[in-house]
Amino acid sequence: MSIEVKGITKIFGDFKALDNIDLKVETGELIALLGPSGSGKTTLLRIIAGLETADEGQVFFAGEDIQQKKAKDRRVGFVFQHYALFRHMSVFDNIAFGLRVKPKSIRPTEEQIKDKVNELLRLIQLDWVGKRYPWQLSGGQRQRIALARALAVEPRVLLLDEPFGSLDAQVRKELRQWLRRFHDQLHITSLFVTHDQEEALEVADKIVVMNKGRIEQKGTPEETYHHPANKFVLNFLGSVNIFHERVIDGKRANIYTRPHQLEITHQPKDENSIPAVVEHVNPAGAVVKIDLKSQDGDLIHAEITQGEFKALDLRKRGQVFVSLRQVTYYDFDI
Amino acid sequence: MKKVLIAVALAYIGFFLILPLVVVFSTALNKGLAVYFQSFSDPNAVAAIRLTLLTAAIAVPLNMVFGIAASWAIAKFDFHGKNLLLTLIDLPLSVSPVISGLIYVLMFGAQGALGPWLKEHNIQVLFAPPAIILATIFVTFPMVVRELVPIMKTQGNEEEEAALTLGADGWKTFWHVTLPNIKWGLLYGVILCNARAMGEFGAVSVVSGHIRGLTNTLPLHIEILYNEYQFTAAFACASLLAFLALVTLAIKSFIEFKFRAELAAVQGGARA
Repeated sequence: MSIEVKGITKIFGDFKALDNIDLKVETGELIALLGPSGSGKTTLLRIIAGLETADEGQVFFAGEDIQQKKAKDRRVGFVFQHYALFRHMSVFDNIAFGLRVKPKSIRPTEEQIKDKVNELLRLIQLDWVGKRYPWQLSGGQRQRIALARALAVEPRVLLLDEPFGSLDAQVRKELRQWLRRFHDQLHITSLFVTHDQEEALEVADKIVVMNKGRIEQKGTPEETYHHPANKFVLNFLGSVNIFHERVIDGKRANIYTRPHQLEITHQPKDENSIPAVVEHVNPAGAVVKIDLKSQDGDLIHAEITQGEFKALDLRKRGQVFVSLRQVTYYDFDI
Repeated sequence: MKKVLIAVALAYIGFFLILPLVVVFSTALNKGLAVYFQSFSDPNAVAAIRLTLLTAAIAVPLNMVFGIAASWAIAKFDFHGKNLLLTLIDLPLSVSPVISGLIYVLMFGAQGALGPWLKEHNIQVLFAPPAIILATIFVTFPMVVRELVPIMKTQGNEEEEAALTLGADGWKTFWHVTLPNIKWGLLYGVILCNARAMGEFGAVSVVSGHIRGLTNTLPLHIEILYNEYQFTAAFACASLLAFLALVTLAIKSFIEFKFRAELAAVQGGARA
C-alpha cells in the first residue's frame, strides 16, 4: 500500500523540524530516509505512524487521508531503534501482544495466535526463543523479534526507526542484508530511517536524503551517489575530493570527485594532471586507499584497485600525478 | 579501619534504633501477656485502631491512583509548569506536619475559609475523621510519586508507543505494559505511604481535636495513654506501630531484592 505525505510541517518550539515535506512511497517499495541527526527524518516517520502530529499537512495511505486516525488505528508496523520490546513479557507474549489486544469480535483464538506466532518465529529464524525474555537475547535477535511483533498484526506499512542503530558493526551488516531479503519475500511497503549512507545505499530501492527539515534529493542509490542534486547530498553520501577553480568549457568551477574516480600515474597524463605527494597508503581492503597532498596543499583521497596498486609500485613521499577519470559534481556557483 | 567503622555504625544503630525497639516491646510486655492484650480490648484503643485503619484504607488507595496519574504526567509528558508541579508534590515533605494540619484548620475551621459554608450545611470536617483523612492524604502524597517518577523516566515512552502502534488503546497499554513495568516501584511506594499514613502524628494531632473513642488515631491514643502514666498500655499500642514498622521494613527489603534482580536483568539486557 502506498504512503503519501503532502506539505508536512512540524515545529518544536522555535525549531522547524520539518518544512513543507512532500513524499510518495509506492506500494512494495523499500525506501531509506537518510540524513544527519536533526534533519527531521525520525519526526517524519513518527508523523506517518501517528506517534507525533504534524502542525500542517496530510498523510495518505493508499489515497486515504489518515491524519485524523490515531496511531492504534493506522495499522502500521513500527520498529524502534532500541527495540522497545515489553521487558516483562516472554518473546512469545511480545509477538502475540498485537493480536491479543484486538477487540473481542475480531480477536483470533488462542490457538490461532499460537500458530501465527510460531510461524513468525520461524520466519525470523528464531523459533527456539519463544519462552525466553528479551533481556536474555542479543541485540540482533531482539531487533528481529521486534520486527516479528510488528508484522504479527499484518500492518499495511512497515516503518523502521534506525533499526540497526544500536547494533555492532558485524551484526548490522548481517541484519541489513537479512532485511533486504526479508523485504524481497514480503513486499510490504517499508520506510526506514538511517544516518548511515552505506546502509541506505545497500538496502534501499530508493533513498530520500534529508537535511534541516527538507528533502534534498529522492532517487535510486545509484542516482543519489553518482548524480547528487547538490553539494549536501554529494558530501553526505560518501567521501569526496574538491579541486578548486578549474576551468570547464571556459567557465570557472569547483570540481568534486569520489575517491575511486581518480587515477594515479607516475607521469602526467595531460595538462590537467595534478602533481601530488603520497602521504599514506592503506592496502588492507578490497580497494587500496591512498592519501595524497597536492602541490597547492589540498588533501586528496584516492581509491584504486589492488591490481593498479601493484602495477604502480607507490612509495611513501613519492611524487605522482593525479588525474580525474570522471567528475561527480561541478559547482559553478563560486 | 573497616572493623572500627563497622563497630561505630553498629553501636550507633544499636543505641538509636535497636535499643528503643527493645524498650518498646519489653515495657509493653513487662506485666505479662494478659495485660498486654487487655490494652487492645479497651474501647478507646479499638476505636483508635479502627480509625487508623480507616484512614489508611482511604488515603493509601487515593494516593496510589493520583500518584500514578501524577507520575505518568510528569515522567512521560512535557508541559508548562512541570517543575512547579514536582515542587508542589514535594511540599508535604519539606513542610512541618504541624503546618500541614494548620492549613486544614484555616480552611475548614469555624473561622476558616470554608467554615461558615460547612456549618450552614451541617458538615463536620475539622475535629472529625474527614479532616484526619485529608491531612493524612496531604502528608503521604509524595511517597508514591517520588518512587514512580524516576522509574518511569528511565523506562521512557517507547514500550507504550510500541503498544499503541500494535493497536492497543490507552487503557490496555496501561494495564499490560505500563503497570507491570512499574509494579515493584509502585508496591514500594505504597508500603512507605501506608507506614506513614498509619504513623502520622503531627498533622493529624492538629486537626483531630483528640476526642476519645471518636477522633483519636493510634499515635494520638498512645500519646494520651502516656500522658496519663499508663505506660504499659501506651507501650503495648506503640508496639503495634513498631511491629508495623518491622513488617514494612521486611517487605521493603524483599521488594528491593526482587527489584534489584529485575533491574539488573533489564539493564544487563540494555547493554547487550
